[in-house]
Amino acid sequence: MNILEVKNINKRFGGLQALDNVNLNVVENTVHAIIGPNGAGKSTLLNVLVGKLIPDTGSVMFDGQSVLGRAPYEINQMGISRVFQTPEIFGDLSVLENMMIPCFAKRDGSFELNAMPPISGQKDIIERAEHMLEDMNMADKRHMHAAAMSRGDKRRLEIGMCLSQEPRLLLLDEPTAGMARADTNNTIDLLKQIKEERDITIAIIEHDMHVVFSLAERITVLAQGTPLVEDTPENIKGHPKVREAYLGETAV
Amino acid sequence: MFNMEKRDKKLLIIIAVLALLAPFALNPFPTDSAMAQFNAGYPDLMQRFVIFGIFAIGFNILFGLTGYLSFGHAAFLGVGSYSAVWMFKLLSMNVVPAIFLSVIVAGLFSLVVGYISLRRSGIYFSILTLALAEMSFRLAYSVLTPITNGETGLQVYTNDPQILMGPDSPTVTHLFGLEMRSSYTLDIAGWSFDFAVGYYLSAIIMVAAFYLSIRIFRSPFGLMLRAVKSNQQRMNYTGLNTRPYALAAFVISGMYAGLAGGLLASMDPLAGAERMQWTASGEVVLMTILGGAGTLIGPIVGAGFIKYFENIFSKINNSVLHEWFGFLPDGLENGVIWVLEHFVGSGWHLTLGLLFMLIVTFLPGGLVEGGQRIAKRLRRKGADDDDAPGNKTPAE
Repeated sequence: MNILEVKNINKRFGGLQALDNVNLNVVENTVHAIIGPNGAGKSTLLNVLVGKLIPDTGSVMFDGQSVLGRAPYEINQMGISRVFQTPEIFGDLSVLENMMIPCFAKRDGSFELNAMPPISGQKDIIERAEHMLEDMNMADKRHMHAAAMSRGDKRRLEIGMCLSQEPRLLLLDEPTAGMARADTNNTIDLLKQIKEERDITIAIIEHDMHVVFSLAERITVLAQGTPLVEDTPENIKGHPKVREAYLGETAV
Repeated sequence: MFNMEKRDKKLLIIIAVLALLAPFALNPFPTDSAMAQFNAGYPDLMQRFVIFGIFAIGFNILFGLTGYLSFGHAAFLGVGSYSAVWMFKLLSMNVVPAIFLSVIVAGLFSLVVGYISLRRSGIYFSILTLALAEMSFRLAYSVLTPITNGETGLQVYTNDPQILMGPDSPTVTHLFGLEMRSSYTLDIAGWSFDFAVGYYLSAIIMVAAFYLSIRIFRSPFGLMLRAVKSNQQRMNYTGLNTRPYALAAFVISGMYAGLAGGLLASMDPLAGAERMQWTASGEVVLMTILGGAGTLIGPIVGAGFIKYFENIFSKINNSVLHEWFGFLPDGLENGVIWVLEHFVGSGWHLTLGLLFMLIVTFLPGGLVEGGQRIAKRLRRKGADDDDAPGNKTPAE
């Protein structure tokens, strides 16, 4: 079953056709990668999916409901969580507090004036956040200032924050961009582990072929705002059109 | 009791005790000594300390937690004062309905102002609040004269309706018969201490307001407000709508400002538009930053500091300086006084400005940070052993 159905999306910025009639289906409980050269429209597509951009035409259905015209927080509450290219966390707060915020969002919805009871009394939230930190192997860092952590840890925390909301679809925007090889491999392992342990669909935008081929079950190749092919990793690797558009003619 | 952590309880008790003993603590010098002019323990000034403390505590809930810097909060204070005086004019001189209405009206007004200005953030938000507050100030002088009594200021006249006024009700502000201005003076040796009803009413309300602010700081709502300050993008993509959070903080701080305005009018039943001027809004920003934005007691410290300077330093005039430096040779005395006279009296703003620059440069966390540094140094000198873990929670 398709959890995400993108139909005939067009998006123009002035003279640039950023997305040109994009169709995309993501099957539930798979890892779907979207790859493409710079300027292919990957990020624009992602921004459409999370409600940051409204396309000129087309429709986006998530689990049978349209996401178009909804604010990012509403789309998140529907079950789509986004991990950013540069980790977006609450730098001024402690790691545990970072983890508690999505737990509150999951329990109380998009706004709740809970101004009198102390946080220390919110046992269910603390327990949940602590549990999630253990899952992410970060329990020992719970009192650290989040901004003081390494980039790899920030990424791990951000992914953990998204997972604590139990999203149905996790969107990752180049999750290993700018990371050292060791951190990249850690992130791949983490994502593999998440896939094994949870019922979750993952859509990943990635530049690093190593990451894509270690994780993805389906791959969509975007070029100049249009999907070129959609296939399994094995078939994509050998596809002549993909080589030409993405890997360049000189690639082996 | 009170559902608070130990540390916060301690802080609340310290503030409560200080507020209760202020008439003693602020009058350390005998009445006829040369230092008596540094005494701040007279009711009028002490009332200002605690009332502006309330104003700053409320402002800190908005600015300290969410980072939204409002430059128009004096408008809510002014509206609070006007509402209170109207209650005196229409009902009676009892302060309870006056204070109640001032909080409600300021809350409604801040809901409107907040709804409009929170459409933008950063500097644009600040400018919008400044513009709306200046607009209120100008309106109070012009179109709204029937409500505000324009330049004369709103005051209570004998031919006002005052429908709840009995034949022998007090004609000055009172709390169920207890007159605000009545006070008891205690003379011990050379000292003289004043205990005024008005001060104690304001002080008790200030302690209650401080208690509420502790609860807000430590609540899930407080955590969300700090998250607003830290990363709104992450909040939006975590399913949280930042707008109502910021608006709620704005309205709460507006209600605090209204409460302060209502109390000011309760101490002295007058309300003038100058209370809404942008300089008054700037003052509460200074208080909060000077004391330590985002900390619990910072705003109270800052409010006390500024009000002390305003009232004490501004009273030092040339003849006082001559008294102090009389021991110097004449030429030198005149030189020293020529320099110093620009920093005291009407020039106290210059001293305040210098101090503000020094504090912001060297203690970005305000006076509270200074206090924490001193405490840390003292502790290190005392014993090196207790390095408490998990002291990551912000703000004392």
